[in-house]
Amino acid sequence: MDTAATPHSNYLTDGYSLKSWLLTRDHKRIGLLYLFSVTAFFLLGAFFAGIIRLELLTPAGDLVSSDIYNRLFTMHGVVMIFFFLIPSIPSVLGNFLVPIMIGAKDLAFPRLNLLSWYLYTFGGLFTLWALVTGGVDTGWTFYTPYSSSFSNSNVALVIVGIFINGFSSILTGLNFIVTIHKMRAPGMTWFRMPLFVWAHYATSLIFVLGTPVIAITLLMVGAERVLHLGIFDPKLGGDPVLFQHLFWFYSHPAVYIMILPAMGVASELVAAFSRKAIFGYEFVAFSSLAIAVFGFLVWGHHMFVSSESVYSAMAFSLLSFLVAIPSAVKVFNWSATMYKGSISFEAPMLYVFGFIGLFMIGGLTGLFLAAIAVDVHVTDTYFVVAHFHYIMVGGAIMMYMGGLHFWWPKIFGKLYNEFWAQVAAVTIFVGFNLTFFPQFIVGYLGMPRRYHAYPPEFQLWNILSTAGATVLAVGYAMPAFYLLHSLFKGKRAPSNPWGAKGLEWETTSPPPTHNFETPPVVTEPPYNYAK
Amino acid sequence: MSGTHSDEPSVLQHHFDNLGQQFEASALGMWVFLVTEVLFFGGLFTAYMVYRMTYPEAFAEASHQLNIVLGGTNTAVLIGSSLTMAMAVYAAQQGDRHKQVLFLVLTMVLGMVFLGVKSVEYSHKFAEGLVPGPNFRFEGDAIHAQLFFSLYFVMTGLHALHMIVGIGIMAVLTVFAWRGRYTSRYHTPVDVSGLYWHFVDIVWIFLFPLLYLIDRHGAVR
Repeated sequence: MDTAATPHSNYLTDGYSLKSWLLTRDHKRIGLLYLFSVTAFFLLGAFFAGIIRLELLTPAGDLVSSDIYNRLFTMHGVVMIFFFLIPSIPSVLGNFLVPIMIGAKDLAFPRLNLLSWYLYTFGGLFTLWALVTGGVDTGWTFYTPYSSSFSNSNVALVIVGIFINGFSSILTGLNFIVTIHKMRAPGMTWFRMPLFVWAHYATSLIFVLGTPVIAITLLMVGAERVLHLGIFDPKLGGDPVLFQHLFWFYSHPAVYIMILPAMGVASELVAAFSRKAIFGYEFVAFSSLAIAVFGFLVWGHHMFVSSESVYSAMAFSLLSFLVAIPSAVKVFNWSATMYKGSISFEAPMLYVFGFIGLFMIGGLTGLFLAAIAVDVHVTDTYFVVAHFHYIMVGGAIMMYMGGLHFWWPKIFGKLYNEFWAQVAAVTIFVGFNLTFFPQFIVGYLGMPRRYHAYPPEFQLWNILSTAGATVLAVGYAMPAFYLLHSLFKGKRAPSNPWGAKGLEWETTSPPPTHNFETPPVVTEPPYNYAK
Repeated sequence: MSGTHSDEPSVLQHHFDNLGQQFEASALGMWVFLVTEVLFFGGLFTAYMVYRMTYPEAFAEASHQLNIVLGGTNTAVLIGSSLTMAMAVYAAQQGDRHKQVLFLVLTMVLGMVFLGVKSVEYSHKFAEGLVPGPNFRFEGDAIHAQLFFSLYFVMTGLHALHMIVGIGIMAVLTVFAWRGRYTSRYHTPVDVSGLYWHFVDIVWIFLFPLLYLIDRHGAVR
């Protein structure tokens, strides 16, 4: 890198050795370490998805055996959920931005932050090792008693990997909560915090309240496999449905771990590219907390067909519908923010439009699934697969990409090629819809998920879906080229290339090691675009 | 703001403004961690509650096999260790190095007494054939009693693991306290470790009645 042209020393130029990166306590460098690991796991998960889509191109299960297929979709789910979607925005963008946005020099516990990256990476590599030495065929949900008593795959090893990774989530959440409570700059009151920070606060609450429950649940499955305890084994008096309760108590809120930070990114981007303050700032802030709270009350909608009493099912159905309210508050408020704003259509904003569209489709089909009668019809079909891909992938990845583009000049101090960024955003949107919309239809027609062969009448929809996956892959590959290109040949980014508001734009690009040359004092409300 | 205060640079980390902020952050961090611990144990408590309600007789019968004297002794030992821990924190706040070390060591000793008693109990259970597995022997509803003992070993085992971690932390604290690292101005690690130790005690305060005492009144033995 060209140090002579660098006008000031920054966190990137602060040491070049491998040691200065692997032992860093700087939240910005740790964010980049995460960026590296998270991207690697994304490529891996995408690779599994590619083989799955190829297999489903023809009705006969001809590419891989059913056993291999089970292992493939399990690893796709495990890698994508635990090692990509959950950590992507909080660990990469959150790590980098939360301290800067509130005017702190670092997260409250820098060493713990580094530890959580090591736990994440080690847990991920451990899981990969379990994959190479046999894989898992249970599906990412590890439903008992199959996972605890019958499966002949590496369930225990993968559980250990996820367990280790869980500590990483807990430590990240803990770090954010303490940082947001105790490290805000003078004048940075709670209601002057960017909505990105609010979203991460709500996400962190889920991290610390949900993750321990799945940790102990997976520990019980592991103990059951090794010691035959019988907690989930009906033969020994145990109850497999108990596993589902404990599992979904975390794993439903985990969906909000993926979507809440995405909503935080969306709020920042909508304000910046509409040149307006967020409409109903307090409502958007509190809707994050409301989603986090409701998220813990809806796990039972995963069990409408698992011996749940009709009254519990009704209660969980009602509560699931309620999540639509704070979600809609956000969407309406983003729309109201854009109304009469001077909107510019740069790449990050294109991702926001894509995000809102996909999130709307995913959210509305979520209402279908919260309705018991419809849910019973489409349980374990591709309708569900399409729904959660729209929410989790369409939500989390679109905004991860949008956020990455928005803050790229801040993170690396380089500008990327805007034209190709726009092309990539559109390609991803088109590819995504082509991949997953046919799955709603084929699922509604009755194609079950997790089968490697299917009746010929479903083939047309599967061909469309696989074609879409190809387009999507091209769309995801493009940023790898123009973003990397920008690092070497890109123009130097000014402090505030978008003319956006927020403390992160007041420091230099890339920021100095301690984030600010002079400690910031906040004197104005957030998103003060009016003046 | 920085540079004018007299905080010792060795204990004030660079990203905090002053020791007060640093202490508050550490304390809040430990409280949040303890919340995660509550939920971690919460999964086991939920499982215990479900099966206790499903198989009340078998669970009552099985719980009568636990040694109430040993369990009671351990409860007293742990409460004692919480007292010595509180004294250690107080000594640290007073900057009394010798009492700090003394009470930390006492806490560790009591913790080890607890683990010793626990291992005696475990060995009894092995001898009586009450460990879940192929050699499980139980007169009555053996299948569901085995479920009780599964939960007993997982819950007390996880608790014991927390005790071992706690004793490790105490050992490190003792070394630093001996070297005079903690003064009346800086004693954050002792404080937050104290919180952890009290939490582990409280978990036992719930485990003891749930596992040993419930349904004790109609007991035959």
